[in-house]
This record gives sequence, C-alpha cells and structure tokens, in this order.
Amino acid sequence: MTNAVVVPPLDLAPQTRSFDPAAFIEPTSRDEEWKFSAFSQLKQFFIADQSAGNVHAAGVGVNMLDIHQVASTWIPTDLAAAIARANVTEAGVLEIEAQSVHKEPIVIDLTTSTTKAYQHIEIVAGRLSDATVVIRQNLTSQINGATVVTVGDGAKLTVITIIDGDTSTALALQLPVSLGRDAYFTGALAIIGGGAVRIQNAITYTAPGGTAELFGVFLSDTGQHIEQRIFVNHDQPHCKSDVMYKGALLNPGARSVWIGDVLVRKEAIGTDTHQVNRNLVLSDGARADSVPNLELETGDIVKAGHASATGRFDDEQVFYLQSRGIPLDTARQLVVRGFFAEVLGRVGNTHWRDELLAKISQRLGIEKFEGDDE
Amino acid sequence: MSSLLITDLYAQVETDQGPKDILKGVTLKIESGRTYAIMGPNGSGKSTLAYVIAGHPRYTVTSGTITLDGVDVLSMSVDERARAGLFLAMQYPVEVPGVSVANFLRTAVTAVRGEAPKLRLWIKEMKEAMAAIQMDSSFAERNLNEGFSGGEKKRLEILQLALLRPKIAVLDETDSGLDVDALRVVSEGVNRFRDETGAGTLLITHYTRILRYIKPDVVHVFADGRIVETGGAELAEILESEGYERFTTVKS
Repeated sequence: MTNAVVVPPLDLAPQTRSFDPAAFIEPTSRDEEWKFSAFSQLKQFFIADQSAGNVHAAGVGVNMLDIHQVASTWIPTDLAAAIARANVTEAGVLEIEAQSVHKEPIVIDLTTSTTKAYQHIEIVAGRLSDATVVIRQNLTSQINGATVVTVGDGAKLTVITIIDGDTSTALALQLPVSLGRDAYFTGALAIIGGGAVRIQNAITYTAPGGTAELFGVFLSDTGQHIEQRIFVNHDQPHCKSDVMYKGALLNPGARSVWIGDVLVRKEAIGTDTHQVNRNLVLSDGARADSVPNLELETGDIVKAGHASATGRFDDEQVFYLQSRGIPLDTARQLVVRGFFAEVLGRVGNTHWRDELLAKISQRLGIEKFEGDDE
Repeated sequence: MSSLLITDLYAQVETDQGPKDILKGVTLKIESGRTYAIMGPNGSGKSTLAYVIAGHPRYTVTSGTITLDGVDVLSMSVDERARAGLFLAMQYPVEVPGVSVANFLRTAVTAVRGEAPKLRLWIKEMKEAMAAIQMDSSFAERNLNEGFSGGEKKRLEILQLALLRPKIAVLDETDSGLDVDALRVVSEGVNRFRDETGAGTLLITHYTRILRYIKPDVVHVFADGRIVETGGAELAEILESEGYERFTTVKS
C-alpha cells in the first residue's frame, strides 16, 4: 500500500478536567459520550439550579461537612459533574482510619428532601484498612453529583451500592475510584430501579500493584434507561482490573447501555485486565447496547480481554424446568436469577449478597423461591 | 391404574426448507405396571415422540391424539403435563447456570406434589434418593447439570424420576453415554422406581444393552416415524443379532 492513512491515536481518557463549568462545552445528544444516553431526562443537569438541595448521607461515622472543608483530589470531567461540584454545598464524608479493620459493613443511606439535589460523597479508606461500605440510595428526585472513593496504600475496600426508585427519577453520578499501592477495591453496583440513571465509574491507579474488581447487576424495565460507563485507566505497572456486569431487560421499552473502556498505557507493564458484560433481553421492544473497548499501548502485559453478549431466554432451559412441573413464570424467574448468580456470587459479603438477591427476586415478582430456605 | 394412549399421531418440525413430517401415524398404549421399549435406527423419530409427549415447543402436532387416563394431553402446557404425571428423562439434560440442584429439585417437587415438602423430611428424602443412585450429596449444591459428565446427568434424571414419581415415565436414550457400572446403577434406579410406584415405563433406545437390566414386557420397532413391528422381549434379541436393516431398507 502506498497511501498511508494516519489514524489519530484513539484515547479513551477524558479530554477536559476542571472545577469550572465554563471550561466545558454543553453536550448534544449527537456527542459520542451522550448518544446512548437518556438525554432529554439528563440535560437538566447542564444548567445550574440554585433551588436544588444536597443529597444527605447518614451512617455511623459519616459526617455532613461544608464542601469547602472537603479535600477532594477529584476534578470533574464533564459539564454535569462540574455543575454539581460548583453548586453542592455539603458533602457526606466517611473516613476509614488507617489500619482499622471493620468486620461489620458501614451502611450509608442517601436521601434528598428537595425535588432536585446535588450529591458529593467522599469515602477515604486509610492505608492498610479493611472495610465494607454499603450505600443505599432510594431515588425520589433528580440527582446530579459524585461519590468519590480513595483507597489508600494496602487498603482493602468493598463498596456495595444499591440504587432503587421509580421511573420519574434521574441520576447522573460520577463514581471515580483512586487506588494506592497494592490497594484492593471491590465495587458491587446494583441498579434495581430509577428512571434515567447514568453512572460513570472511572478507575485510576496512583501506584503499582492495585486491583479493582467491578461487579454490576442491573434490571431495566419499561420507563427505565440504565446507563453505565466504566473507564479503567491502567497507567501504573502490575495492576489488575476485573469487570463483570450483567443486566436484564424485563419489558418493552426497557433500555440499558453499557460502555466499558479499558486503556492500558505504555508504562502499565504487567497489567491484567478483563471485562465482560452480558445482557438478557426478556421482551420484544427492549434494547440493550453493549460496547467494550480495549486500547493497548503496550504488549508487555499479563493478559487483556473483553467480551460482550446480549441474548434472549434460552428456551431449552425453560423447557427443561417446565418439563419437571415448574410453571412457566417460575421457570423464567429461576433462569434470570441463575443468570445473575454468577456475578452476585463474587460479592464476598454473604449478607448483602442475599439482600441483593432478595431485591432482584422481588423486582422479578417473586417474594421467595421454594428452595431458598435451605 | 393409569394409561397413556397415543392414537394416529402426526407431528412435524419447522426446518429451513419448510415443515418436515417426523411422526407419521404413531399408535401406542402405555399402561401402569408395564414396561415398553421403543427401538429403532437413528433418525427414525423416536426421540421426537418423546419430546412431543412432553410438549416441546419445537414440534407441532398436525393430527392424532394423546390422552392420559382419558384427559387430553396435547392441550396441556409442558408443566401441566408434568404435574399430570408424565415424565421425560432426556437424552441431553439441559444445563441451567446459577440454579442449584437442591433448589431445582425442591421447586419441582413442590410444583408436582402441590405443596412444599417439610424441610427436614425433604432433606432426608433427597439425601436418601441421591445415595440410592450413588450420587454424592455434594451434587445438591452444584448448578443444575452444569459441568456434569454424561453419566452424572443421567443419574440426575433418574434422581428426578425417583422424587417426582410420575404415573408414566419416558426414558429417552437413558443408556447412551454410560459405562457398564453407570448403566447398572441407572437401571437399578429405574427398576426400583417401577417396582415401588407401579408406573408405566417407556424406554426409547437404539441398543439392546439396557434391556438386559430393565426387562420390557413389550418391544416396538420404530422406523420412519411409526411403529412397524411389535413383539415381546424376544424381539429385542432378534434385533440384536439382525440389526435394523430390514426396517430401514424397505420403505413405503
């Protein structure tokens, strides 16, 4: 070939970072970043709203502080996030003391008392600490903001986030996680309800040896648009990332979007990364978009892989269960629950794993399975 | 006493070239306490017959009837047939990830018996049934058929037979893929089920091997979508020595 085409390097990383909303151009629904989004429900977050309140965080050891007292290292990467950061006045802060070991999960409940609210939550896990944090957010309003997680050197932190709510609600949430040397982060995100939900989960490593496991389950039903964008920025050597998201689309009009971007920089030798998204479409007229991207700037890695699949019910599985007398609805529910079991099985905390399973079962219209009490 | 009556049954499957007739006038009676064998060459439609009895959605019945004790089976859903007392041990049991054997069995038993068994009694019952077919109780915690060997899958089918206690059991190629030891265990399971419940049993098989362990009262030869010859256990011996050639070469 004589005609060489110069392809500009694709860079999955955000181009602009700023606390100033004016630094960002207002997005349109044609932008790559927003074309899969519930744009009409989320564009409200591109305009500052003085009447909006704050998301309130309650939990043992959680303090609501004036935003100016919060030493956050995270810088917004898009307009909505910058507006939230500029307009939020109070932040919920949980500091996990260095070297402390917490056997019991720390439960944080997020609530709002206004129809619109800005959110800023900071979770800082001190060096060598070991804790599980459960964030429960039952959406009742329009929320824009961030939950910023910092995992110190050698710390082990699990954050289980459960988002529920009715279809009139909207949530644009930044979920940046920063990992120190040899830090171990497990993020389990369950989206059970909510109207327009857009979550951007960005993982950065500030030193070698970090591990990030990101597990997610989501149920999308009529009137719901669940969007998850994951960005793992491998720019330190010998770090790991393991991403597994599973979603089910229950009825006509249900919508889900999963974008998984993994960037392995030149300096990130010894990287071990894997990401997978599987969706189960249970109805005609539901749509699931799934886009895994992997960009490698070095070949000197342990392994890198990604997979994505969106499928319908396996009729043979349903037939097999039915042929044993199990009614169709129960058979389908068993198959869906089984579909989620793989990812839920990786949530280490058994109490909250069961809690999630119960919530999912409930959403599928079953209070309890016959075999559950074994 | 129960009887499953199949009368002049025709069924077809949808293919890329349009509908294809598989069953071409099957008439068959299965009664309680008796054991029947359907033997036939590959592709004769004998597995289709099993699936049509169970109600697999892939097949369409175009004419004929199936009744269980006089009640129309063809109008029943798949699960209704099972609750009415029909059971199909499948040639290729399906893997269902994330659903444990214990959860599946209890859900199925609850559906078929119409009430949930008392938990303590149930665990005892399940463990005894597993021991009877030499299946380790750790299988209860495993995902349904997932990663099971061929023999393990077949044992699980027979375990279900023992727990669900159908009136009429259809065993589709239950002997295929089994070594001699596994074949003996599975056959003993079937005989025990038959002796304890007095159910009617239909064995569908290509080989006579399993008939050494499970004695049939009646042997039907199946070819080109229908029963072409009927006899006693001695017919199996003839097929063993002569093969199916005379049934496959002569076609109407």
